[in-house]
Amino acid sequence: MIRTFGLTKYYGVHPAIQGLTFEAAPHEVLGFLGPNGAGKTTTLRILAGFMPPSEGRAEVAGFDVVDQSLEVRRRVGYLPETVPLYPDLSVTEYLEYMGSLRRVGDLDQRIDEVLEEVGLTERSESYIGNLSKGLRQRLGLAQALLHKPQVLILDEPTIGLDPAQIIDVRRLIQELGKERTVMLSTHILSEAQQLCDRVLIINKGSIVAEDTPANLQAQLAGAEQLIVRVSGADGALAQAIGRIPGVAKVTQDPGAGELRVETSPGNDVRARLARTVVEEGYDLLELRPAGLSLESVFLQLTKEGLPVGGRD
Amino acid sequence: MQNAWTIARREFRHYFVSPIAYAVAIFLFVVLGILFYVNVSFGMATGQIPPDGRIVMGPMVTLLLLTVPFLTMRLIAEEAGSGTIELLLTAPIRDWELVLGKWLGAIGFIGLLLAITWIYPIVLHRMTTPGIDQGVLLVAYLGLLLMMSSIVAIGVMVSAFFRNSLAAGFSTLAVILILWVIGGLASGYGGANEVLRYLSFGDHLFDHMFQGVLDLSDVLYYGSLTVLPLFVASQVVESHRWR
Repeated sequence: MIRTFGLTKYYGVHPAIQGLTFEAAPHEVLGFLGPNGAGKTTTLRILAGFMPPSEGRAEVAGFDVVDQSLEVRRRVGYLPETVPLYPDLSVTEYLEYMGSLRRVGDLDQRIDEVLEEVGLTERSESYIGNLSKGLRQRLGLAQALLHKPQVLILDEPTIGLDPAQIIDVRRLIQELGKERTVMLSTHILSEAQQLCDRVLIINKGSIVAEDTPANLQAQLAGAEQLIVRVSGADGALAQAIGRIPGVAKVTQDPGAGELRVETSPGNDVRARLARTVVEEGYDLLELRPAGLSLESVFLQLTKEGLPVGGRD
Repeated sequence: MQNAWTIARREFRHYFVSPIAYAVAIFLFVVLGILFYVNVSFGMATGQIPPDGRIVMGPMVTLLLLTVPFLTMRLIAEEAGSGTIELLLTAPIRDWELVLGKWLGAIGFIGLLLAITWIYPIVLHRMTTPGIDQGVLLVAYLGLLLMMSSIVAIGVMVSAFFRNSLAAGFSTLAVILILWVIGGLASGYGGANEVLRYLSFGDHLFDHMFQGVLDLSDVLYYGSLTVLPLFVASQVVESHRWR
């Protein structure tokens, strides 16, 4: 549904993105994850037909974003980072304006449907200037959905919302992703983890990782780790634990009284480990998995020194 | 084209919720009303001024020159400033449709203001026998509308360069005043005389159409001063994509 080849955009001589090549399958929710300034907005703007790339090509729904820009724009629903609304219009007036620009058939009925979908029906007569940030975000989404686009492009859809609103908007996006291709950008890891079928991690304009959230986590975490806290842990205990089948390595964290136990993949040694600790005459205080969260994956990938493209 | 019409409708309606538009309209009608009253009651009553439908048109041109830039200033600058331009540039509309729509909406509103000022000639017509020359009046108004079409097009163009409405407004005013005074230079220079006279913004209205003479060259002048700025404006809008 979305396909890019070596997408590059320079602002002056500074490359905002460099050689991005990726694909999004139909009905896939593709997350675009990266720190602020990584080039997410630039990429999404290119895909939405707002600006052409400096080099490379991009196709959306089978149309080239430069040569067939109008065709692309007809098929894309786009929610920019700062939701573009006219404060002097009411919710309905705004959607009427956007709908007639997009030649939506049976507009009145469609507006009702979309308002229902984003939960704004009760505010349909309110002026946009009086809407809260969360409601504006929903109206932006309504605008993007109005013409039943095949592809939805959402730039930081939950930014600036309060926790309840974030949950709302996320649920909405999950619903939407069932029938459409959705590409969204975010710098919130748990959001990508929760919403996306696949995640692209981008840093300094280049893709540094690309996989499902679960795989990314597994790939970087390597073997599983357990943290064991024992009162009076010492070398003898570490040795005893090391003898448990399936345990690859035990490291002792001096001071904290914690042992870090690495196991070979696929072995659940927790029950055996707990018993060992007790049998050896120690008190088991805590036993928890230390599986790397996407958070640490992300930090690891976006650290300096990782592949970030040639130019700078 | 349908898109241009959609945008035009939105812009036209926006004037009715815009305080600036009301301020301009009130200013225009109050000043014109006073001038009309003064002319009629003191000028015509004493026989010093002959009855003429264009009685307030001269000052009206000046007032419009000074105020129309503030009706056109926000057309594109505001969209660029608030980011809504991103919405329009990712909607399936062409850049020229956007620009044309903006122009249509503004000229529509100014056309409405002009239509309202027709009230003065009508009053005058009923006050006098045998009435006033409607033909001259019609051509004069047509000339005025053509001139406004140019001013609005220039306003749209200048607005496309800015993100700040007020900056666009004053810059438009500057451009129009320069075009206005260029004719004054003509009297000073020998060779360039004719060229400068031709470029002068006011002469095309006051020399012919204001006198009731419809001249193709004047129509062409205002026509090209409408099309050219609109073309430049659509290029500037497109350049937003490259920033």
